[in-house]
Amino acid sequence: MSVDILVVAEQRDGVLNRATLEAVVAGQGLSKDLGLDLSVLVLGKNIGDLANDLCVGVKEVLIAEHEKVGDYTADGYCAAIKQIVAKEAPKYILFSHTYMVRDYSSKLAAALNRQLVSDCVGYKMDGESPVFVRQIFQGKIDADFTFSGDGANLVSFQVGAFNADNLDSGTSGEVRDAGVAFDEIEVRTKVLDIFEGVKQEVDLSKAERIVSVGRGIKKPENMDLMNELAAVLDAELAASRPVCDDGWLPLDRQVGSSGQTVTPSLYLAVGISGAIQHIVGMKNSGTIVAINKDPHAPIFDIADYGVVGDLFEVVPALIAAVKEIR
Amino acid sequence: MKIIVCMKQVPVQDSLLKITDDNTWVHEDELNWEINESDNYAMEAALRLKEEHGGEVVLLSMGPDRVKESIKQGLAKGVERALHINNEDFTTRDPFINAKLLAAAIKQESPDLVLTGLQADDTGFGQTGPILAEYLGLPHTSIVMEIEKSNGGIKVKRELEGGWFQSVELPLPALLSIQSGSNQLRYATIKGIMMAKKKEIKSLTLADLGLAEDEVDDSNSSLNFNRIFIPEKTKKAEIFEGDPKEIAAKLADKLKNEAKVF
Ligand SMILES: Cc1cc2nc3c(=O)[nH]c(=O)nc-3n(C[C@H](O)[C@H](O)[C@H](O)COP(=O)(O)OP(=O)(O)OC[C@H]3O[C@@H](n4cnc5c(N)ncnc54)[C@H](O)[C@@H]3O)c2cc1C
Ligand SMILES: Nc1ncnc2c1ncn2[C@@H]1O[C@H](COP(=O)(O)O)[C@@H](O)[C@H]1O
Repeated sequence: MSVDILVVAEQRDGVLNRATLEAVVAGQGLSKDLGLDLSVLVLGKNIGDLANDLCVGVKEVLIAEHEKVGDYTADGYCAAIKQIVAKEAPKYILFSHTYMVRDYSSKLAAALNRQLVSDCVGYKMDGESPVFVRQIFQGKIDADFTFSGDGANLVSFQVGAFNADNLDSGTSGEVRDAGVAFDEIEVRTKVLDIFEGVKQEVDLSKAERIVSVGRGIKKPENMDLMNELAAVLDAELAASRPVCDDGWLPLDRQVGSSGQTVTPSLYLAVGISGAIQHIVGMKNSGTIVAINKDPHAPIFDIADYGVVGDLFEVVPALIAAVKEIR
Repeated sequence: MKIIVCMKQVPVQDSLLKITDDNTWVHEDELNWEINESDNYAMEAALRLKEEHGGEVVLLSMGPDRVKESIKQGLAKGVERALHINNEDFTTRDPFINAKLLAAAIKQESPDLVLTGLQADDTGFGQTGPILAEYLGLPHTSIVMEIEKSNGGIKVKRELEGGWFQSVELPLPALLSIQSGSNQLRYATIKGIMMAKKKEIKSLTLADLGLAEDEVDDSNSSLNFNRIFIPEKTKKAEIFEGDPKEIAAKLADKLKNEAKVF
């Protein structure tokens, strides 16, 4: 048996991370475009049911089941996957670019002496070969990457780059044990516990309207202006990560991949550039408005209304205009 | 504890970027530069560990001559000394080649702990830390927010998605990738700036690192950085520009009568 395209699944306590399905969708696309088979690999403990569930739309699901990969560690995952790659010789190894994948995918590539293109927003075909696209400069510029050589090429896709609803569940695959020799594997790190951070005092996920502040605000003193804007709109105040990091707003008001996910009917982003880690937390909002002085700020790509201008001029004017009209 | 902090100099965050004619990079000559954000937090974490447990913090930066300015900022904040891999002659954008160079410099120092930033804000690979760990044979963990010493090793708090965290224990020596926001950053003091003038910035050449030119040549890489471009807009925002008062009135009207959000 051998493998062409291998998607590495992500699970914790037997629960699949939904982003895995996005990587499977990407894999199905590549499988069609390149005429290659698609397999999925699951590592963990007590993952039998999960492996069965994953048997749709793929040729097979490989499992590597053992204590040593019971809790995720970079050591355990890399060593196990390295053995599997040596046996199965996949041409592509695909991931969804989650925090877990950030932690081990490039170590794995280094251990395999191969390359990884991380955090891709998609791929396009150039004749027979795929060109992978990833963002640089925090989403302001895109870059095309290609691989030369056949060895295992590693690619991770940005969360949200593919839609899990597009999963083609046509075929049903089989589960196969990957036959990893776990006794050879040494895990040096020890996972102690998993816990939730700051107590969430505000639940922004229920907010009707949100005014969200980014680093463009420059100084904590300027938060007053944002408070005023939020007040006239009867909105909750939220922020991008740097604003919370600096303590200008409590951590539980941070929107994004490491903060809250929100879906208000109005999301007004002020002085926020629109890095992907912020966007994943708010892109499903109803009406998105962005105020930013940089016309190329990525936030404008997902906005419905955009104001290109200095927030210190635009916001006071907007406060006045809203007061008048409400 | 001897700690090495990897620091990359990147264009300042608000830079207006212009793509070069051959579409391979941005014009660098008009840019201003600063220490990569998460690297600043890595440096802060290292300085705090040193202050608590003693030892030495060594800064490691690869880049052209201009990175010395950023190195000096680190020295002024309390870093003991610095290593500078001057790459005026062999710029590479392959994270694996980069890591090979950094690893060669780190090996010569045999540190107890290596800290990197989580990701560089220019190329945004987020790969160098874990690659270095593999090249150096060190256990690692990334997206680290807090570090404390624990029996013989260290215990760290790392970030997971959506406001969750995890505690992980590692033996030393180890490598950690540090996330932004993990501590309040310090400013350099006048005294620190004065003292920095006497601190050593050791320049390292390929020969010093025991590497040959073809080992760090991008064109031998199996990963090709083909071209860069401004992304196509996927959604058409209605854009307002001009007099703030007029724009504000228009926007307020749209929000009320078109989007009906209040
Ligand atoms: C693993 C990981 C997790 C992360 N999690 C999150 C997260 O949960 N949430 C999050 O937000 N980020 C997160 N980030 C950080 C993210 O990558 C960005 O760094 C961050 O979102 C940038 O915040 P910002 O847009 O406020 O700042 P910047 O990117 O610095 O943008 C500031 C913007 O303000 C504009 N501006 C400046 N002055 C003015 C003015 N006078 N008028 C108008 N506009 C102005 C600028 O043009 C710029 O676009 C994470 C990063 C990583 C690596
Ligand atoms: N040229 C460099 N010099 C020193 N450190 C670097 C360099 N490039 C990357 N790093 C380190 O590796 C981290 C991650 O970079 P990257 O993988 O490029 O996103 C950075 O935050 C730095 O700590």
